[in-house]
Amino acid sequence: MEYVKLSGFRLDGRRPTEMRHIHAEVGAVANADGSASFEMGNTKVIAAVYGPKEVENKGQQIGNKALVRCEYSMANFSTGDRARRPKGDRRSTELSLVIRQTMEACILTHLMPRSQIDIYVQVLQADGGTRSACINAATLALADAGIPMCDLVTSCAAGYLNSTPLLDLNYLEDSAGGPDVTVGLLSKLDKVTLLQMDAKLPLDIFENVMQLAIEGCKAIANLIRQVLLENTKKLEYLRGT
Amino acid sequence: MLQSKSFMKMTRHGRAVKVVREHYLRDDIYCGVQYCKVCDTKDARLGSSESTILVVDTNVILHQIDLLENPAMDDVVVLDVVMEEVKNKNLSVYNRLKALCTSSQRKFFIFYNEYHKDTYVKQMVGETSNDRNDRAIRVATQWYQNHLAGSSRVLLITNDRENKRKAIEEGLSAETVESYVKSLGQPGLLDLVVVSSSEDVNVMEVEETRPSKRKAIYSEHKPMSEITHGLHRGIYHQGKLRVNRYNPFEAYVGSESIGDEIIIYGRSNMNRAFDGDIVAVELLPQDQWHDVKKLSIEDEGKDEEEGVHLVPGSADDAPRGTVPSAVPSETMNSTSCRPSGKVIGIIKRNWQSYCGSLEPMSMPAGDGGVAYALFISKDRRIPKIRIQTRQLGNLLNKRIIVAVDSWDCLSRYPSGHYVRTIGNIGDKKTEDEVILIENDINSRPFSMQVLACLPPLPWNLSPEDLMNPNRVDLRHVRVFSVDPPGCTDIDDALHCTSLSNGNFEVGVHIADVTNFVHPETPLDKEASQRGTSVYLVDRRIDMLPKPLTEDICSLRSDVERLAFSVIWEITPQAEITSTRYTKSVIKSCAALSYVEAQARMDDSRLMDPLTTDLRNLNSLAKIMRQRRIERGALTLASAEVKFQIDTETHDPLDIGIYQIREANQMIEEFMLAANISVAEKILKHFPLCSLLRRHPSPTKDMLEPLLRITASIGLDLDVSSSKALADSLDHAVGEDPYFNKLIRILATRCMTQAVYFCSGDLSPQEFHHYGLAAPLYTHFTSPIRRYADVIVHRLLAAALGISKLPPVFLDRNQLTSVSDNLNYRHRNAQMASRASVELNTVIYFRKRPTDTEARIVKIRANGFIVFVPKFGIEGPVYLVKRGEKSDWLVDEANQRVTKAGSGVNYRVLQAVKIHMEVVEHQPNRPKLELTLI
Ligand SMILES: [Zn+2]
Repeated sequence: MEYVKLSGFRLDGRRPTEMRHIHAEVGAVANADGSASFEMGNTKVIAAVYGPKEVENKGQQIGNKALVRCEYSMANFSTGDRARRPKGDRRSTELSLVIRQTMEACILTHLMPRSQIDIYVQVLQADGGTRSACINAATLALADAGIPMCDLVTSCAAGYLNSTPLLDLNYLEDSAGGPDVTVGLLSKLDKVTLLQMDAKLPLDIFENVMQLAIEGCKAIANLIRQVLLENTKKLEYLRGT
Repeated sequence: MLQSKSFMKMTRHGRAVKVVREHYLRDDIYCGVQYCKVCDTKDARLGSSESTILVVDTNVILHQIDLLENPAMDDVVVLDVVMEEVKNKNLSVYNRLKALCTSSQRKFFIFYNEYHKDTYVKQMVGETSNDRNDRAIRVATQWYQNHLAGSSRVLLITNDRENKRKAIEEGLSAETVESYVKSLGQPGLLDLVVVSSSEDVNVMEVEETRPSKRKAIYSEHKPMSEITHGLHRGIYHQGKLRVNRYNPFEAYVGSESIGDEIIIYGRSNMNRAFDGDIVAVELLPQDQWHDVKKLSIEDEGKDEEEGVHLVPGSADDAPRGTVPSAVPSETMNSTSCRPSGKVIGIIKRNWQSYCGSLEPMSMPAGDGGVAYALFISKDRRIPKIRIQTRQLGNLLNKRIIVAVDSWDCLSRYPSGHYVRTIGNIGDKKTEDEVILIENDINSRPFSMQVLACLPPLPWNLSPEDLMNPNRVDLRHVRVFSVDPPGCTDIDDALHCTSLSNGNFEVGVHIADVTNFVHPETPLDKEASQRGTSVYLVDRRIDMLPKPLTEDICSLRSDVERLAFSVIWEITPQAEITSTRYTKSVIKSCAALSYVEAQARMDDSRLMDPLTTDLRNLNSLAKIMRQRRIERGALTLASAEVKFQIDTETHDPLDIGIYQIREANQMIEEFMLAANISVAEKILKHFPLCSLLRRHPSPTKDMLEPLLRITASIGLDLDVSSSKALADSLDHAVGEDPYFNKLIRILATRCMTQAVYFCSGDLSPQEFHHYGLAAPLYTHFTSPIRRYADVIVHRLLAAALGISKLPPVFLDRNQLTSVSDNLNYRHRNAQMASRASVELNTVIYFRKRPTDTEARIVKIRANGFIVFVPKFGIEGPVYLVKRGEKSDWLVDEANQRVTKAGSGVNYRVLQAVKIHMEVVEHQPNRPKLELTLI
């Protein structure tokens, strides 16, 4: 199938290196310590953060740093077929782990010993790139909760179809079965904290695709920074300073 | 990088499962007109200010693609919505359209109306998607008209009356194809316009010329729903129709549902299906299986006549099945009991354009008007095609290309339209061109993109090449090449050094083509498409551009060249004790011809090192060859013809059988050994994605014609294995010195050809190469002229860890399609070479009527087929004139034809004297005719 047309347009009208429309907002869940919603095209994710707080299960307490927990779930109505999704299936366990590890890498956990941070991420609507959207939402929510982080971690995916590297695959492109590289990046430190791909790809092409995903991460980081800045300005204004 | 500034977002809804898709509309899509003041004109390719900008609808592209390909049609806007519709309806037209849109010579521009914020159209409630698309086309036309605001005319071309009416109502200019082409004032162009009866243009005019009362000649095709239903219930069978190349009234449909080939006899059972169509077939009742066959032979067989042709090189070239002959029914062989059927519907058409000429006819009164003519394709599998032309006088003596448009059940012949003229019939250049088109051979010059991939010229060995740890410097070794005289694309060279332990080091050095042709580059893609170089009698169509073919890769003497080498240590008894593979640098000391090499070996006074090397190699090769023959390799015979060509007129001066010398066999032996060694190596490393070559064992059925002949002369052939057959061929000697060669030639034509395949697709037992009696074989030794060898070079380099495997090898389907293409190209290249030899044979005999000796190879009711050893051709000799009653009787068991009432008889393998002469029964249709003296 042709996913990239003759003069380079993708089926949804984007060019290969263009991302979908992004919309991010902080404060989606009122009673959480921090929360955010993140949309990439038709993919919508919501994240809520509780903590730092006292560790609930004393057995899990860590002496010199904070305990980070993450729970990923997908709403039953998030895809077209509205299937019931059992909790704790393999995919969500894996995703919970990926998100937790990625977030742990940027939270300054040693500043909050013997405490616990809970991250809840839920996919409201899935259209490809949920993994990346979850990480971006979690980052925003953590920032909203005021949890100390060394940098903003952002994530973006890129794929390779019809011999063209494509940024930010949507569901249609994702289900083509081509390679899909998800990158998590600490943008200021320029450090990759997450790199996933489940396909074979020659090394030189892989590097191009990964580079594209990194560019995507940087663009998202700029956007997230802007959202946070505007949010801060709004808070400032509300406080009347 | 985009930050979605200028976009609006829209969603489309639909289907049972709600699918929500984003659809981005943009403002950075440009009109593509070069003089536009508003748009970015970087990629613009449309017109000057005086021109008319054409917007075409989907049906115009689907039906009139031949017209659009004519350079007179330019400044065409192809809308995205039209592209998509064409893609869904006809992939081959879509590919041609894509080629038009990307060609730098043409002014075709794709306007992505679906993504433009001003031309996107949402489907309205109650509107069909067809209507929506028509509206989208009109909206886009409107946009162009406003956008260009009078600086040029925008014209919508549509044959759909409703669409045209609406367009004019909306203030657009719209015309039908025919009226637009008429306005151009080029009468020749009008022939290209397809007049379809469904488009009500000029239907009256067409109808009048047809007989008023007509009855159906063919039965109606069943509706698609009924076919699908029938296929499900197993009443009908689906498959691809293949027409017998030598008997167009016989076709086969390979059906998976009954696991056998269904034979279709006669045009009425074929029911308007073309070769390559996917058809639905209904089996005939079993008791009719014989009758239909006889009927069809009597009915139509006499209509066609067989010509003189080259001796077939394999079963794929030879006529299949039984050629019309009065075979008594009790000796009917098993083939006639195969299921026979009739076509009841066509699932997918394989209509293409065909190359040929018009049937000679007298000019109708009132020259210049529209005339109907019958077109005869060079490809005999294609029926005659009726075309309409305004330039009959012009076309009668031309080779032309014609495309098929339709075939209804009232017409005996399909109707089509003229596409273009190639040249005068009989003109050598035209006929060469015909051969190339017929065999789908791309002889266009290489594109700029392809040539851009070549290394800068002149190419010289660089220090980096020498520094490369994977490349061994063998410039000090005495390497030489042996090829046919005048060979400029030398892809192999050898060396042979005596070692201190009494063994020999023998190296086969192959041009390192993959050092210059990198995967996935335009150069690589082009070579992969071409698949092979094609050799015509006096012309070569290269797979790779000339600088690579004749210079950079060619292992010429006294220059430093890169090579890929296989080096063995071989004992004097020709046992290989070790094999190594490496990239290398060589400097050949001599480029010999076979004749020169042979002369050196034969001249006992010569004792120079090079001659000694040659003699050593030759003695090793003889042992290897002997051993191979003992294993059961077949030494089959073919009659390869060689022409001597006049350098001025390009006409053949002399013709003769190509002589095989010991030197040829010596080179062949080492090439075989190198190919086998490489096949073993790559298969060991890449068991699932190696490209190998196999030769299937012939079945008893295939050997049937040979066995029938040998049985009639009391010779018993054992065909149980390749070894047994090889032995019985060795023992087949008669008083006639030529007898053994003749039997071998007859055996050769019973075999199918070897084919390329991907090792993951078959089980190891099937890898066997029957003709060479080798369990594994591949092609490694001719990468300049065969793409298969390029692939194998990459596999070998990856196996040695020199480079990594290109992505195509990871995808087995893709690899399989590459190997299918190679087989197709290989086959076509061979057919083209044969056709070229046949063409030159006719030219040669045109001025030289000749008497010569021939052998009877097949008995027919009205005569026999003879083989002419001296010229490597065969053809029919008629004992009875066409249309006359035959008083000759065929004795099938003894393969003999006897004149009734007299003792005169001819039997198979008998030598006869014949006369060869070129005659022209019809003007400009020269034919080589064989007559008995
Ligand atoms: Zn413009």
